[in-house]
Amino acid sequence: MLSYVARRCLYMIPTLFGISVVAFAIIQLPPGDYLTTLVSRLENQGESVDRAQLESLRERYGLGDPLASQYVTWMSSILFHGDFGQSFEYSRPVADLVADRLPLTVVLAVTTLLTTWLLAFPIGLYSAVRQYSPGDYLATIVGFLGLAIPNFMIALLLMYLGQTVFGMSVGGLFSPEFEDAAWNLGKVIDLLGHLWVPVLVLATAGTAGLIRVLRANLLDELHRPYVVAARARGMPERKLLVRYPLRAALNPFVSTVGYVLPALVSGEVVVAQVLSLPTTGPLLLNALRSQDMYLASSVILIVSVLTVIGTLLSDVLLAWLDPRVRLDQG
Amino acid sequence: MTGLAAAPGAAGTTQTPEGPPTEKKGGAPPRDSASQWRLVWRRFRRHRLAMLGLAVTAALYLVAIFADFLAPFGTEHFDEDYPYAPPQTIQFDGGLHVDGYTTAVDNETYEQTFTTDPSQRIPVGFFVRGEEYRLLGLIPWDRHLFGPTEPGAPMYLLGADRTGHDLLSQLIHGTRVSMTIGLIGVVVAFVLGVVLGGLSGYLAGRADTVIQRVVEFFMSLPSLPLWLGLAAALPPEWGPLQRYFAISVVLALIGWTHLAREVRGRFLALREEQFVTAARLDGCGRRRVILGHMLPSVSSHLIAQLSLSVPAMILAETALSFLGLGLQAPVVSWGVLLQDAQNVRVLETAPWLMIPGLAVVVAVLALNFAGDGLRDAADPYRR
Repeated sequence: MLSYVARRCLYMIPTLFGISVVAFAIIQLPPGDYLTTLVSRLENQGESVDRAQLESLRERYGLGDPLASQYVTWMSSILFHGDFGQSFEYSRPVADLVADRLPLTVVLAVTTLLTTWLLAFPIGLYSAVRQYSPGDYLATIVGFLGLAIPNFMIALLLMYLGQTVFGMSVGGLFSPEFEDAAWNLGKVIDLLGHLWVPVLVLATAGTAGLIRVLRANLLDELHRPYVVAARARGMPERKLLVRYPLRAALNPFVSTVGYVLPALVSGEVVVAQVLSLPTTGPLLLNALRSQDMYLASSVILIVSVLTVIGTLLSDVLLAWLDPRVRLDQG
Repeated sequence: MTGLAAAPGAAGTTQTPEGPPTEKKGGAPPRDSASQWRLVWRRFRRHRLAMLGLAVTAALYLVAIFADFLAPFGTEHFDEDYPYAPPQTIQFDGGLHVDGYTTAVDNETYEQTFTTDPSQRIPVGFFVRGEEYRLLGLIPWDRHLFGPTEPGAPMYLLGADRTGHDLLSQLIHGTRVSMTIGLIGVVVAFVLGVVLGGLSGYLAGRADTVIQRVVEFFMSLPSLPLWLGLAAALPPEWGPLQRYFAISVVLALIGWTHLAREVRGRFLALREEQFVTAARLDGCGRRRVILGHMLPSVSSHLIAQLSLSVPAMILAETALSFLGLGLQAPVVSWGVLLQDAQNVRVLETAPWLMIPGLAVVVAVLALNFAGDGLRDAADPYRR
């Protein structure tokens, strides 16, 4: 088991390196560098440009050096000083900006993942055990719709219905009076009152996929000889189901984190924009629109790294749950 | 030996999973033998939902091809006098007509609101003369399938947007971009997926490990933030066509991984098959073994897999354009049209702006059903 975990952690290193290279490339892609953008922006605002300050900034980011050494400068200040650079859109350190929004993004992603499981588990189970029943067909149809309707359409529809039918605004994560308040019980309750909308919207696609996986896996298991054998020995159907096939079919719940999580993070960007949530998605979008590249690539870097770590956790969990996995590869 | 080629067409015949599904005359009786594609088609036809999906998909591509003729107006056509005009319904009383509009101005906000007015009649006809266009990009013509008989009269069957564009026409023109952008991306993804997946599966060993790590890397990334980063970095001076191609390549860069996995799995299984060994012993080079012997026996499966990645690309394009980082305004796609629907206040006055979303859902569902059916039908090992 330990060697399996160690191996998985080792595999992660090239992945993390790859992510950092991609994030760095995104900084480099737009024409010009940080300073030319900064200067043109300052001049547009009619402010004078301080030569000495520019020089120190040039020094700080190693601009003008070869790309490889710029990359090393960028990476080492992140790794050793937690310094992600400066956002000129907000004139604040990128680290602060991201720190403001990241916790809510993580809360949203984790809640959505749990909700996905909670929804998919009973529905998938029912679908497989009562195959071809009306309920199964309904679940299949809902599943297909969940996959086909873009997340943001569901968000738009909910917002529209909330506005016209119930006369309430659905967007945001906090009511205005709690927006800038310090954390207390009231704010948490207020958050929960708002959180369900994006969670529900984001959970649809993942749930739809998971139902199909669980149903297919369970159907495979249900016709295995060991199930027939247990039934022949007079084991009650319910106990039989829970004791054997269900355990085998549980694996997808853990293993699909690997692709549900990236999809979730992707979906979050669009949904958060539509519902104007204070998460990293809209931050990234604004940064990309205004070519605030240090901010944009930091968000991409952090979100991707978190996704990879989440996937690693799920793999370890899976190996712990299912000896076949760790014996096969470890 | 009952090879696939000799299986009689009667429904319910079990086909033994033996040998490659290519033609193999062996000891089969001299009977009219169906080609592999005919067998696939036969199985596919039994799948009703898949047939429906295929029909809808075909219809959508026909709309895309003949968009100029089917749409009452061109993409440039707009009438500033009718912002957010609500949808009209076609009525029949001896001749077809739609109701005209009356405007009311709110005394406080000075906002114009439109209501359909049954006392005004705008006659509508088929094959009316309208803007000139080139059918299929070649034949100059000015007839449209339907439209107001009197040019310039307001006809908004699905309502109008902020500047008075006809949503129905925009939707029909948008079909062209939305339904094709996935295709180019799919071709790029296909080449990448087949080459890398094929090498990975055929060579196995270290090459396999490296390629699999690369695939895992791409799969573990949240794709949308990456797409956004790449799309935002496209030079703003690029024209719509360049942007269109660039976006589809960006989409493909992430989309090839599933295909590569699939091809690798198939190749790993195939390389142990006897006909592959035979080809190798006959002195075929690596290229010839892969392209000439192994690829044909997975081709039907690959095509099915491909058809399933088109809807994913349509969804991705819609999301990108919706966020304003994909295609841009003069180009019309469903995602671009949905940009107008971002604001709840706008939606309150003009809920019909959500209709392009419905088009996306229909297209994605149809392609998914057709692709699912094709995958089931193309798999010779499935009952």
